[in-house]
Amino acid sequence: MYDAPASEQKVNQKSTKIAANKVQVFYGDTHAIKDVDVQIEDKTVTAFIGPSGCGKSTFLRCLNRMNDTIDVCRVKGEILLDGEDIYDPKVDPVQLRAKVGMVFQKPNPFPKSIYDNIAYGPRIHGLAKNKADLDEIVEKSLRRGAIWNEVKDRLHAPGTGLSGGQQQRLCIARAVATEPEVLLMDEPCSALDPIATGQVEELIDELRENYSVVIVTHSMQQAARVSQKTAFFHLGNLVEYGETGQIFTNPVDPRTESYITGRIG
Amino acid sequence: MSAFWILIIVLALAAVGYVLGRQRAMASAGGDSRHLHSLPAYYGYNVSLSVLVPALGLLVLWLIAQPIVIERSVKTMIPEETYTDAGALNLIMSDVRRVANGLDLAVERGALTSEQAGSIRTEFTNIRERLGSVGVALGSDVQREVLTAAQSYRAMNATGNLIRAVLVLALAAAGFGYAYMRTDRDFRARNVVERVLLSMLVFAASIAILTTVGIVLSLVFNTVEFFKLYPWTEFFFGLTWSPSFGGGSDLGILPLFWGTFYISLIALAVAVPIGLFAAVYLSEYASPAVRAFAKPLLEVLAGIPTIVYGLFALLTVGPALVAIFGRDGALGVQWMGGGTAVMTAGLVMGIMLIPFVSSLSDDIINAVPQAMRDGSLGLGATKSETIKQVVLPAALPGIVGAILLAASRAIGETMIVVLGAGAAARLSLNPFEAMTTVTAKIVSQLTGDADFASPEALVAFALGMTLFVITLGLNIFALWIVRKYREQYE
Amino acid sequence: MTDATSTPGAMPHAAPKSSLLTLDSRVRRRNAAEARFRAYGIAAVSVGLIFLVFLLIAIFRNGIPAFTQTFISVPVELVEEKLDKTGNRDIEEIKKVSTFGYKPLLVDGLTTMLADAGIENPFEKPADVEKLVSASAVGQIRDYVISHPDAIGKTVEFRVLASSRVDGYFKGRVTRESLVRDKNLDAEHLDVSDALTESGQMKRSFNWAFIFGADASESRPEQAGIGVSMIGSFFMMLVVLFLSLPIGVAASIYLEEFAPKNKWTDLIEVNISNLAAVPSIVFGILGLAVFIQFVELPQSAPLVGGLVLTLMTLPTIIISTRASLKAVPPSIRDAALGVGASKMQSVFHHVLPLAMPGILTGTIIGLAQALGETAPLLLIGMVGFIASNAPDGIAAGFLSPNSAMPAQIYEWAKRADPAYYERAWGGIIILLAFLMTMNIIAIILRRRFERRW
Repeated sequence: MYDAPASEQKVNQKSTKIAANKVQVFYGDTHAIKDVDVQIEDKTVTAFIGPSGCGKSTFLRCLNRMNDTIDVCRVKGEILLDGEDIYDPKVDPVQLRAKVGMVFQKPNPFPKSIYDNIAYGPRIHGLAKNKADLDEIVEKSLRRGAIWNEVKDRLHAPGTGLSGGQQQRLCIARAVATEPEVLLMDEPCSALDPIATGQVEELIDELRENYSVVIVTHSMQQAARVSQKTAFFHLGNLVEYGETGQIFTNPVDPRTESYITGRIG
Repeated sequence: MSAFWILIIVLALAAVGYVLGRQRAMASAGGDSRHLHSLPAYYGYNVSLSVLVPALGLLVLWLIAQPIVIERSVKTMIPEETYTDAGALNLIMSDVRRVANGLDLAVERGALTSEQAGSIRTEFTNIRERLGSVGVALGSDVQREVLTAAQSYRAMNATGNLIRAVLVLALAAAGFGYAYMRTDRDFRARNVVERVLLSMLVFAASIAILTTVGIVLSLVFNTVEFFKLYPWTEFFFGLTWSPSFGGGSDLGILPLFWGTFYISLIALAVAVPIGLFAAVYLSEYASPAVRAFAKPLLEVLAGIPTIVYGLFALLTVGPALVAIFGRDGALGVQWMGGGTAVMTAGLVMGIMLIPFVSSLSDDIINAVPQAMRDGSLGLGATKSETIKQVVLPAALPGIVGAILLAASRAIGETMIVVLGAGAAARLSLNPFEAMTTVTAKIVSQLTGDADFASPEALVAFALGMTLFVITLGLNIFALWIVRKYREQYE
Repeated sequence: MTDATSTPGAMPHAAPKSSLLTLDSRVRRRNAAEARFRAYGIAAVSVGLIFLVFLLIAIFRNGIPAFTQTFISVPVELVEEKLDKTGNRDIEEIKKVSTFGYKPLLVDGLTTMLADAGIENPFEKPADVEKLVSASAVGQIRDYVISHPDAIGKTVEFRVLASSRVDGYFKGRVTRESLVRDKNLDAEHLDVSDALTESGQMKRSFNWAFIFGADASESRPEQAGIGVSMIGSFFMMLVVLFLSLPIGVAASIYLEEFAPKNKWTDLIEVNISNLAAVPSIVFGILGLAVFIQFVELPQSAPLVGGLVLTLMTLPTIIISTRASLKAVPPSIRDAALGVGASKMQSVFHHVLPLAMPGILTGTIIGLAQALGETAPLLLIGMVGFIASNAPDGIAAGFLSPNSAMPAQIYEWAKRADPAYYERAWGGIIILLAFLMTMNIIAIILRRRFERRW
């Protein structure tokens, strides 16, 4: 039923990119994430699945400290990126987010031109030495975002004028432009139609070549299609984490099985 | 019968109408309200409204029209050789009114019978003395024409009042009878009452339009009057403003424009950066506690009446500025001669506009979707980079709109400039000099003892017209921008 | 907790390309820019608040003294030969003696008082001593005599106002140096005043007349009060309340609930939002041209002021009323319509009562705005004369000339006399007290009846 990707056999040899140890997240008085341990591998697509409100998005936002922008949110435990604790007081979230990019649920291009949307990250991080350099980065990112052919003739048109699917790929290209090591995607296809979803999923599969991708999704089919590893969250707990094929065909935990067969969710 | 008593009678008739209408409806339904088309009270309301609306409408119209009509016809009775211009005629007319009122009073006090009041002649009686004895003081002896005019003024008023009473009461009674006769179990009273109510609502909503029409008409008529007396080219392009009530004034608007513009510019230079930064800080950085504390306090500045700012400019800021920039000042520069100056008024007006700019910008900044901020922060931008490069550019049209609204406020502000800017119309670049504005001159030209027909007074209407057109243009443009901006994110 | 892990054993971490724990120079620069930007924000908020504090300090420091006034207790002998030569206490006879006739009595009283208190009388001309007291003192004595004719022949102790210069001396407004150029008072007067204060005959006490009294002529600031113009403001506010509330609510109901979407409605909407931004002085011009020149209502009448302020306040009230009508959820309307109520009934029976607290809050805030407005009042003649009598009766309250609080404050500010400036600041304190009360009532109303759906 689920075709395991050809690369599955090599997965085990990959190194850990992000390691979370006993992570707890509180929203005011609500205990949103309880004791989560997980190791996310490099050059792998990892999917977080689970019913609404299970904490998967919250946990994802911990990985590049986007939760810092919410006043009432507190995080305990440690999350290591390449062995360094990202919640260490010495870490500047700005520097962290350059390494751990993020793509959001709803496409959110800035009200600027397509070119300026892509160039935004490289400019603030000072990645380009000159205009030619920047042009190159923009083109490379748009190619990686699989949208270059569609927009190359109108780079200076506003990004908000694109279709939903194009906007989301633009946002992915924008995230790629800062040369991150990890890409976090929070339900990137939930606002898209099936054709655009297909294009974005294809893109995610290509991104695996260079990045560690973590994707939160509502759709189990999507998780099965794009990911090599899957983590199942339920009520703030990480219930089960393993090879995607195994989770979907032979879950260990009865809760995972109930979710996959549609009894909870 | 006085208008007051007519009003009382009509109201009483309406009250009676309510009770009777209700009763008749109930009777027609055999005492069972379920057989009625509408609730019984509606039949009562229907009768009441039929009494009130036409009768009171006529009464109000009559009250407005009668004095105007009588005034017109009495004016024709004054022989033309007794006055030279419209102003003199107005003086005679006010004499006529005073004599007429005096005669009324004399009749009331019993010093004259009403017959005598209508027939006495200046040739036989010293009117001034007779009226003086009942406490009506007249400046000079009453002329024959004035007395006759006053007598016919009284007579016309009496006739008018009588006709008024008869007509209004007849209309009320007719309304009563018509509505009462119509009252029946199948009569759709609720629909009729609601239609009347709805038209009242429409009328209330139209008052806004009437106000604008009133403003435009009062400005246009008097401005046209002014341009008959004074060439418009000199008004719009004249470089001197020196009204003199003896005539021969120079009434060029440009120095006033310059003062208005200069003061507004300084005000905006104070208010826009402070207001904008305050809005950015309060909406993007401040903790909820700081926000809950600072925002209402800043808004207190907006609730303070402008007269307070005017006094603050005149008595606190002006002297303080002189102490710094004036003779023997802290800086040793002698830029400032007196406390009233462009700088004084501009600075204080800027303070007044801070909350205006900040709360408008606050709304506009908050309308920028959070997804934009997340997108930028997710790329590793700092908060200030996000604000400067994403939020503010996205909010730019709205902020421009807010600044234009603030500019329109600054241009139309009166009390601060009347008290703080000085009275001299000047074309100068020195912000420490006293200058004056369009609004300040409207006040000074209309609060003197000037004759309303002189160009020196009428110029105020032309100034008002210019002010109205400019602020209206700014407002329409700014509101349009803000609306467009909001639609973009809705 | 982690229930399962598919990769047994610890995996090696990839070596970081650059450490997160050390900031590179660019990030440090960017963080400095961030801190600067934040500081600008804090500075802007603080500057705004500092302005507010300055303003309040100026108001209270300059205005508080207006609430106290220096009084002198003078025993005055009401000499019979001067006040009632015939001796038959005929009130008409007594009234014939003008205030000028009382002057010598007051001067004598003051001189005797100085002698009794053992203070050396330094004045060359005996009449100079009178400069210590307000010009209103003789009038006060005359009024007393007319109402108490039998006091003639006796010595009565009067508590009279000190002149504004003497009062200013105690409030720090007048100094010995400033008197050199002032011919209204000399340094000797101040010596005497100091001595009188010591002997307890001159005292500064709370001045109710400032709050409830009438305005005074330009030369008697010590006598001026804001009371009469307060009554003027009160009548104006009555007009505004009784016109703008019903009209504003009716207009809002129409626009929010009944108006069809068409050009006319659009025009009204655009009109209202623009009227809200028309400069207030333009409403003054409207009032002058329409109510005074065309309809010929009396100048300076609170009725006219009220009408002008009504037109000015209407847009504000309409905008806030519409917002509170909009806040009533459509489900309430649907529920009423669903049980067979007409549209009109659903609005008047259900929507309007629910929106009422919001409407009242908006109205009070609109009224507060109207209460503080000055510019339009200048054009309809509410300044420039002395509001010396409280109106007798309600009709007079609306129709006879009066001033209003802000107009009175402006009038005082124009008189260019430090003693009047003090009163202008004091008037502002009273005006602000009213505004604050109204706003607090509005806030309480909002808190109390705030509903969340």
